[in-house]
Amino acid sequence: MMRFLLLFSRQGKLRLQKWFTPLVERERKKVVRDMTLMVLGRPPRSCNFLHWKDLKVVYKRYASLYFCCGLDDKDNELLALEVLHRYVELLDKYFGNVCELDIIFNFEKAYFILDEFLMGGEVQETSKVTVAKSIEASDMLQETMEEYMSKPAF
Amino acid sequence: MSPSVRLQEMIRVIRSARTQCEERGVIQKECAAIRAQFRQADNGGRSHNLAKLLYVHMLGYPAHFGQMECVRLIASPRYSEKRVGYLGAMMLLDEKQDASLLITNSIKNDLSHSSPYVQSLALCTLACMGSAEMCRDLAPEIDRLLKTANAYIKKKAALCAVHIVRKVPELAELFNTAARSLLTEKNHGVLHGAVVLITELCERNPSALPHFRKIVPDLVHIMKGLVMSGYSPEHNVAGISDPFLQVRILRLLRILGRNDDEASDAMNDLLAQVATNTDSSKTAGSAVLYETVLTIMDINSECGLRILAVNILGRFLLSNDRNIRYVSMMSLQKIVQTDHNAVQRHRGTIVDCLKDQDASVKRRALELSLALVSAANIRSLMKELLLFLSCCPPELRAQTASGIFSAAERFAPSQRWHIDTALHVLTTAGGDVRDEMVPSLIQLITTATELHCYTVHKLYRALVADISQQSLVQVACWCIGEYGDLLLRGECEETEPVQVTEDDVLDALETVLQSHMSSPATRGFALTATMKLSTRISRNVDRIRSIVSIYGSCIDVELQQRAVEYNALFKKYDHMRAAVLERMPVIDRSSPGHDNGEPAVIQAPDKTKNNPVVTLTQEPTNQARDLLDLLGGSDEPAQPSTVQPAPAAPVPDSGSAGGDLLDLLGGLDSIPVCFLFFLTCAIVPSPVTDPSVTVYEQNGVTVKLRCDRQTDVGVTATLVASNTTDSDITQFTLQAAVPKCVQLQMRAPSGDVLPARGAGQVTQTVHLNNPNKVCFFVCLFLPFYQPDLCPYFLLVTPEHKNQHSTY
Repeated sequence: MMRFLLLFSRQGKLRLQKWFTPLVERERKKVVRDMTLMVLGRPPRSCNFLHWKDLKVVYKRYASLYFCCGLDDKDNELLALEVLHRYVELLDKYFGNVCELDIIFNFEKAYFILDEFLMGGEVQETSKVTVAKSIEASDMLQETMEEYMSKPAF
Repeated sequence: MSPSVRLQEMIRVIRSARTQCEERGVIQKECAAIRAQFRQADNGGRSHNLAKLLYVHMLGYPAHFGQMECVRLIASPRYSEKRVGYLGAMMLLDEKQDASLLITNSIKNDLSHSSPYVQSLALCTLACMGSAEMCRDLAPEIDRLLKTANAYIKKKAALCAVHIVRKVPELAELFNTAARSLLTEKNHGVLHGAVVLITELCERNPSALPHFRKIVPDLVHIMKGLVMSGYSPEHNVAGISDPFLQVRILRLLRILGRNDDEASDAMNDLLAQVATNTDSSKTAGSAVLYETVLTIMDINSECGLRILAVNILGRFLLSNDRNIRYVSMMSLQKIVQTDHNAVQRHRGTIVDCLKDQDASVKRRALELSLALVSAANIRSLMKELLLFLSCCPPELRAQTASGIFSAAERFAPSQRWHIDTALHVLTTAGGDVRDEMVPSLIQLITTATELHCYTVHKLYRALVADISQQSLVQVACWCIGEYGDLLLRGECEETEPVQVTEDDVLDALETVLQSHMSSPATRGFALTATMKLSTRISRNVDRIRSIVSIYGSCIDVELQQRAVEYNALFKKYDHMRAAVLERMPVIDRSSPGHDNGEPAVIQAPDKTKNNPVVTLTQEPTNQARDLLDLLGGSDEPAQPSTVQPAPAAPVPDSGSAGGDLLDLLGGLDSIPVCFLFFLTCAIVPSPVTDPSVTVYEQNGVTVKLRCDRQTDVGVTATLVASNTTDSDITQFTLQAAVPKCVQLQMRAPSGDVLPARGAGQVTQTVHLNNPNKVCFFVCLFLPFYQPDLCPYFLLVTPEHKNQHSTY
């Protein structure tokens, strides 16, 4: 299973963090620090796989963002690269030519998309179309409610 | 109340802060506003406030005051608020927080909500941060949802069940039947969830394996459908149909086929088909092939299939994609033990990967190359490894050096080759050679008697060229000290001899002594070597004398001690000097006492009021470290307590007498008294005029230590015990323990009865090998039958033989 998924910029600023195992705040911060240091320190054309403690770390750089995930020893690293790529594709489809600013200003939506794609550290839905449809439907539900609620009562 | 800033506006303001201080100020203001808002009644902006708080949390600021707001929002009837509330719960609450229990009820209610999107929120949150209690409470709900008609909910329920099984393994049986029935679905999401669930169930509970092996045909069928089906736009990734599902199925097949012939047979064809038909030009295809290879290697597959798998890995090695090369080397590493010959075929490619740019790939290639070394390919492979050593990244050098040494040790075709290789490594990477290798190297050099001349000439040249690499310098100094006469003779068969004078040699050694690059240990080597030369040269003995006396006032205590002793050797014991410094005999390759397991600490009964007692119990290393890593290993089973371990030849683990000490735990009830004392062994050969030192003398029992032979790396001593009381002492035994880095051999004692009134003696020879030249304690343990005696410690140092410290 995936233990965590982190998105951070080239300056080391965290843009998204998803934890699939229970860790206290201090441990989380430590993991984030270690990951940013390790990944940002890698030379440009190196292998995308690392070892850290007893985990495999898979990272990929998309424009100015690093997508980094920690896996169990038994997991398939090449597939993890595909998982990261699929997430980027989903974001791209949703935001339309996604860039880092989209994720910064709409971070809660990035989380919602992630929650439709991964769950408990495993892939939930393998079809891009289905994930996109569910997000759309949830957004519709939210907007309907909001519209309803924002109608002035007086 | 003032309307609070919207989320995006706040983000903009925070980002435009120019300094950290400014940012903190903005955030503090916002947090204060948010806190105030939380205290207010429902005002429609709650979800925005929580979202703002979550952003602030992601920047690293504390946000714990939002936890209760999450709980409140989750209970809200509005979907937008629920959504943010659950998101907040996943970010701010973890199972260690008390507030997490409060949402259990909300989750339960939402699991039965009419809208599937609300249900999905609850399922997602439970799967992300559900604690064990929450899982127990809600497991029946999840089981119910697994049987619902809605595929959207089913797939999420399956992954939620996976989480429950991970948290509370006892609940696994609950999902067994549901999991199997899920496999009949057509929906890929549900199938994927089902496969993951079954994988988890099988891994947690091996007794469920027979039950699930029955589904192997179904899995094979699904997999075949995926592989053979035409283009499916919904699931296609780079020409592979749903690689995520394919990989998970392959992984499950691996678990089911392991150690089971029937299941392995059923999947043979499928694996062959996947292995040959999958296009690996893109990552998706390579991921599937990789998983296939892992599966083939793990189950009881037939020979042809295994060769196919290794060939796929070999093909991966030639790939342009670095990731694929790395992955294939990882897999080859795993199978190099079992399928050694198959991997040998790809040795050339692996060795080429040593030249790759990427550090991870290099590391894998190095480990694999070292694993592939065999008697047949040692010469060619060693050439490559030595080439690699000269240009490898610094973090790999130590590993390479020790790998080369151990490979050379195991497969050296000749002694000359072995020494050449060792010298090559020393000269190329002498600074990265681990300290433990120096004594093994020295031992190697002593055994190659015909090559002493050759070795010392080469080492001298290397020393003169470069004195910064400590290991090289240490070995070189030792050799020059030992074989200096061969060096000065100026003739050598195997190599171009170096024409040196005695002054040149002494100059070299003095340079090492004086250089700031030399470590204290190195300087010790150099001083000792200089001293040894005094018996091997004829004309410059006075120069040596003066060097030695200069260092008699050196600040470094170690050097000072040595110099003072050598001085004494010159002055008072000159008649013994030749004998003391003569050529060393070939060092025995005795059993490694290095890896003796945990140091043992033993409990001794405290019979006295005020004397300190050594607390010795078998404890992990960190406690024993308090006792300066005194005692050696303790992984031996119990031996008869009165019998000494007394092999004439070195026996593996004889170096660990800690096991004997542990025996005494059993024997302690019957043996009322234990005596412990410490013997410090000098690091340097030190002259002992009175050959016998009394180490213990009390209550009529005297134990004396007589040093028979002392070298740089070891001591042979005889312990002589006698008894002046009026009664015989029976069951007299001597036992000893040494730290892990020292090897101990005890020969058989002459007897176990100490006759009364000094009528006889018991002697026992002890040999201590101290290759690392460390200062160590020997703990000697003397249980014998005599009532009312108290334990105490005695510290004896032979070279300061008149000093006895008792405490």
